[in-house]
Amino acid sequence: MEYTPVVAQMKNQIVRMMEDLERALQKPPSERRWGMVIDLSKCVACDACTVSCKAENKTPPGVNYTLVIKEEVGTYPNVREVFLPRPCMQCENPPCVDVCPVSATWKNEEGVVVIDYDVCIGCRYCITACPYGARTFDFGDWYTKNTPMLAPYETAPTFEYGEERVRQDDVSPIGNVRKCNFCIQRLHEGLLPACINDCIGRARYFGDLNDPDSLVSELLRERYSFRLKDELGTSPKVFYLS
Amino acid sequence: MTNEKNEYRVSPLGKTAYWVVVVIMLAIGAVGLYWRLTQGHKLANYGQLIVWGLWVAMYIYFIGLSAGAFLISALVYAFGVERFRPIARLALFTALISLLMALLNIWFDLGHMARFYEVYTRPNFQSMMAWMVWLYTAYFILLLVEFWFEMREDLVHRGQEPGVVGLVCRILALGSKAVDAETRRRDQRVVRVLGAIGVPLAIMFHGGVGALFGVVSARPAWHSGLFPLLFLVSALVSGGGLLLALYAMLAPNRKSEEYKTLIFDLGRLVLFLVLLDGLFTFAEYSIALYGAIPSDVAPLLKTMTGPFWYVFWIGQVGLGLVIPTVLLAWKRTRTNPFWVTVAGFSIVLAFVGVRLNIVIPPLSVPEIQGLVEAVPSARMTTQYAPSSMEWFLAIGIIGLGLAMFAIGYYLLPVKPHQGKEATL
Repeated sequence: MEYTPVVAQMKNQIVRMMEDLERALQKPPSERRWGMVIDLSKCVACDACTVSCKAENKTPPGVNYTLVIKEEVGTYPNVREVFLPRPCMQCENPPCVDVCPVSATWKNEEGVVVIDYDVCIGCRYCITACPYGARTFDFGDWYTKNTPMLAPYETAPTFEYGEERVRQDDVSPIGNVRKCNFCIQRLHEGLLPACINDCIGRARYFGDLNDPDSLVSELLRERYSFRLKDELGTSPKVFYLS
Repeated sequence: MTNEKNEYRVSPLGKTAYWVVVVIMLAIGAVGLYWRLTQGHKLANYGQLIVWGLWVAMYIYFIGLSAGAFLISALVYAFGVERFRPIARLALFTALISLLMALLNIWFDLGHMARFYEVYTRPNFQSMMAWMVWLYTAYFILLLVEFWFEMREDLVHRGQEPGVVGLVCRILALGSKAVDAETRRRDQRVVRVLGAIGVPLAIMFHGGVGALFGVVSARPAWHSGLFPLLFLVSALVSGGGLLLALYAMLAPNRKSEEYKTLIFDLGRLVLFLVLLDGLFTFAEYSIALYGAIPSDVAPLLKTMTGPFWYVFWIGQVGLGLVIPTVLLAWKRTRTNPFWVTVAGFSIVLAFVGVRLNIVIPPLSVPEIQGLVEAVPSARMTTQYAPSSMEWFLAIGIIGLGLAMFAIGYYLLPVKPHQGKEATL
């Protein structure tokens, strides 16, 4: 087999995932099933995904759509660190959706659990119902509130769910529950989710699980994968390779 | 008509002290309200893990008092347990005020208070919370109508009195004037029917609050079939304790045999409920601890040995179980109004702790180990103590409840024994 440098492999994978994405976008939305695959053996807990998500969605302090859990296993000198990136699992059977008293959150036809910020009453019941801690409440905190001026990254508009919003006091999404939505605003423009693009070790993959030719489908076919808390019957669409 | 002459009068000093306390509480509440309305949730101490705090605990506390008081009134109106007749109307009145206090607490807890109407316009009946709001609404309407028919005759009589009391009662009588055997029979029938409808309704909404927590499989400490039942029993205990204390303090004729009998009977009922609640709680804790699944055990250990261990041991066990059991069982205290009042208030206070322990420790265990340490944020924490804003607003709501109770008690015919003569 011809040797391909690692960097080129990674680049190819990005290109391939974007091609997968483009192919999926040709299909009607209800035939797509977005999923994520995370290779734990490649994750170095650099938090590039955490930061790129912040940059994309301008989330305030305490609101994290994705984060990396770091755990030390064993006793010195036999220690090992394990890392677990945790976006929203985009469950097939999302427990958060059932409990919403006003149907402000639902699984859309592409399989992504979304929130209507203009409907959510901020009761936070869904946060208690999520077994993954993937939902957070926007308390209205700011990173740079008591400084001479709010930093531009806090006041720049976001385009979550394809809606342009500038975050300001007392206005949604402040007072709402917020969560990872696989960057659907980017997907519909043919762009991969921010965390996928920025992963430095190519530990995160994204694509259409309904497409047998997509990179994510291929990885799930060829490698052993597991899902978090599968026993709860939530059926997540985020898979981990170990 | 009424026992005004024999009535136990609160001393002017006591009255002044009561209102001084209430006004201070309302002033504190006003500060809390100002913070809440201008700062939103920024000043709250609940966070991303413990997303529900003092206000949710106070909400289930007051809704429990309301359901408990209502079910005790239903003993009289729906089941004809006449011995509790003297406190039935007071129980309805207490249920109404507790319900309002509960709803105020949970309203301030919402991220978008102005959107509460959506629960009516676009309910999701898969959600226990939507059911709650609809059932509360039905219960609120039922309470108002039942309370009105129960008081109607006395409102008509009182409406003839001069002064503010007469004026208010005239207005509240809504133009109804007829008082004869037939209207009395009709009133009684309406109250009986509504009381009977109210029983399944109260079981549904308060069992439902238990289910609201019980259905959350992501929180093992809530996810138990016992939860709706535990909520019902604890509602009866706390509502019974409150009525016991209120009756022991406010009843007329405190030397009479009737007073002593009622205190003793009600005390015995509350004692039974306290013990039943203890049994339920023991079942809930012991089964989970024996099972030894870490996610089940961790919240219970936090409750019993965490930084707020005393809320469990001194509050729940001491004030909520041991003290009332002793005071209501021991021959020398169970008929003594003072000690019965102490037992009642001991329960009322303890159940604040019970509610806090239901809401907070189960939320304080991260869903995935290491979740809290993953992000440096003050809101990502397993620790929670209510902030000043949370305390202030909760105190203000209690002050408002006390004020409504005192004003209603003065204006309306709700004193213990009132209604007895009217229905004899």
